Amino acid sequence: MSDKVKVTIDGITVEVDPGTTILNAARQIGGDIVPPAMCYYSKLEGSGGKCRTCIVKVSKGSEKDPRPMPKLVASCRTTVMDGMEVQNITSPEVLEARSGVVEMLLINHPLDCPVCDQAGECDLQNLGYEHGLQKTRYEFERRTFERIDIGDKIQLHMNRCILCYRCVFTADQITNKRVHGILNRGDHSEISTYIQTAVDNDFSGNVIDVCPVGALTDKTFRFKNRVWFTKPIDAHRDCPTCSGKVTLWYKGEDVLRVTARKDVYGEVEEFICNTCRFDKKKTADWVIEHPTHISDTSVISSNHYETMKPLPVIQDNPKLQLANKIELEKTTKF
Amino acid sequence: MARKLLLEHINVPGINTFDVYRQKGGYRAVEKALKMTPDEVVEEVKKSGLRGRGGAGFPTGMKWSFLAKPEGVPRYLVCNADESEPGTFKDRYLMTYIPHALIEGMIVSSFALGAKTSYIYVRGEMMPQIRILERAIAEAKNAGFLGKNILGSGYDLELYVQPGGGAYICGEETALLESLEGKRGNPRIKPPFPAIAGLYGCPTVVNNVESIAATVPIINDGGEEYAKIGIGRSTGTKLISASGNLVRPGVYEIELGLPVEEFIYSDEYCGGIANGKRLKATVAGGSSVPVLPANLTLKLANGDPRLMSYESLSEGGFATGTMMGSGGFIAFDEDQCIVRNTWNFARFYHHESCGQCSPCREGTGWMEKVLHRLEYGHGKMSDIDLLVDVSKKIEGNTICPLGDAAAWPVASAIRHFRDEFEWHVKEPVKCLDTNYGLANYANPIAKAEVTTEN
Repeated sequence: MSDKVKVTIDGITVEVDPGTTILNAARQIGGDIVPPAMCYYSKLEGSGGKCRTCIVKVSKGSEKDPRPMPKLVASCRTTVMDGMEVQNITSPEVLEARSGVVEMLLINHPLDCPVCDQAGECDLQNLGYEHGLQKTRYEFERRTFERIDIGDKIQLHMNRCILCYRCVFTADQITNKRVHGILNRGDHSEISTYIQTAVDNDFSGNVIDVCPVGALTDKTFRFKNRVWFTKPIDAHRDCPTCSGKVTLWYKGEDVLRVTARKDVYGEVEEFICNTCRFDKKKTADWVIEHPTHISDTSVISSNHYETMKPLPVIQDNPKLQLANKIELEKTTKF
Repeated sequence: MARKLLLEHINVPGINTFDVYRQKGGYRAVEKALKMTPDEVVEEVKKSGLRGRGGAGFPTGMKWSFLAKPEGVPRYLVCNADESEPGTFKDRYLMTYIPHALIEGMIVSSFALGAKTSYIYVRGEMMPQIRILERAIAEAKNAGFLGKNILGSGYDLELYVQPGGGAYICGEETALLESLEGKRGNPRIKPPFPAIAGLYGCPTVVNNVESIAATVPIINDGGEEYAKIGIGRSTGTKLISASGNLVRPGVYEIELGLPVEEFIYSDEYCGGIANGKRLKATVAGGSSVPVLPANLTLKLANGDPRLMSYESLSEGGFATGTMMGSGGFIAFDEDQCIVRNTWNFARFYHHESCGQCSPCREGTGWMEKVLHRLEYGHGKMSDIDLLVDVSKKIEGNTICPLGDAAAWPVASAIRHFRDEFEWHVKEPVKCLDTNYGLANYANPIAKAEVTTEN
């Protein structure tokens, strides 16, 4: 008990282990006060600090040194001190700075959501929806890159990239050899492989899952369907290289896509191998568990696939059950 | 004639060779320091009040005393010779003409910090200086001032010169360390500071060339003697690289506390504005510090003369002050266009941003484009407020100070020269071939205050 430190975020106090970052302390509280994170990834060591969307105001440094911190800090890389007081959504200054960051992220983003495979599960969409401006103030041509081919499994759209470096950390820490990285500097820096080598590794597909935007997408799922028309089902198989715990994305009877299971912050629970991700696309390959829980604020949950049994309000009322008979048969198919 | 400590023998022929430098009293500081204990050397530097000459002005002695000293872990001293700030060229001058001053300072400082291996990280474009330093190191090693058991004291030091890739961002100390380790030169997130975990995760001190060279006179004459020069907390002498529309631009060693007016107009220093023109504005410490109009350059807001010192230059905060920075003094005469200059600076920061933090990566390019539009007569009145807003969104929201450095020149130019920006919008054709001129920027302060506030 004594080795825990107390931190207050937006008026809610929580006790966490020393060395926890403000962002992780906020995640222990949960809810709206969790700062958004575009580049931080709890499974990747060294990630974070770059996108600046998670900035918060430290209005009281600690019990010993109550002075506020002079600048807004990146909550993903700032560790908590005992007695620290943090303001996130209660501080207009933070919200303004965050909307400034979102504006910066969007000025060179192509906004091609209608043709982007990430649309519907894109962190930048969510962020733009919450903090973005109605109209852009940027009146110049958006930055574009020459398209490069990084292999037959992964599609790179450099124009959409926000340079979070997550895929670089993934390749460093999950695979045994990284062949891609950041080339160039400043706003012309780009994700690329050295002299256009193909990214080919048993675990290379994980860069698709960690990408917060549509810069790295699955070539086997490319233009197959919109994310919100597919239904995610948790499944597993006995895989010799990885845990084999995945989410299958169904459209009708077909598995269109296989991804790792993601938690409430969009982070994968366990990294999966390329065989599971790209080659096992038959229901027969998998042991089906249950429908994936999708937050009801997500567009993916809009067709209520998760309702295996009738809603409570319908359960009590036989008349309603009869009226919704076709709909119920459809939703209880899986 | 003011006292010169670093450039005292600059005009002696052959001072770049070991023999002449030694004849003129060089390497006395090494002999003296090796007879002291390392802590005494640190104490001497602390007493001198020497402040970092690279830009931030952090007391060097204090920085040294923060260095962690765990058992069995090597410590490093790294000299930051990645001088690439527009307007600053003092370190290059020092390294070209008296390289041994830096080598001597490196030996003294490394001894004080207990570093057995030290690096001089030189910007990649300075190939001649790298050759000069390598030759100087070889000479010093030959004479027994480097290598094993220096002067029989039992202290070993290896000194290496590492050429950089020519990136401005690698002048930021943590980016420099990343680059020195052979990685991409991206600034690290602090904490931990380099004093705890720097080069290869070991405690490291990163100092500017001039700070390290300044330890030589401090050890020779004693810290207290050094502290007598200068004014207040700005002690000692400082190299100023003066450029722009001056009669005699160049590198000058000044005693801190010299009035700015004297520096610009006296014959001992810059000798006034070239071609008989009048001063319009100055950038006092390299491109990243706020630009000031002539009246605020010479006088403080309260009418007192402004001095060349850390405190006096920053007097008045960002409203009416600027900063000492790295000592890159740029003077603009009445025919220079502030909008064009601001665009030029913004272009530099756009080019040099490392691309890690989103506000700096995207914002610097945005500011450059808007300023380009203003300069070439396609601007709108709303662009001026847009620039202020974008610069505010960048400032303070980035890992390293490059974001601030990119925001300050733009914000300050608009704060002090708003009329000129507006004129560029109102006269889109005229602004292409004429400049706004001096206007009221050299008027006495009382009047200027009224105009800067509207």
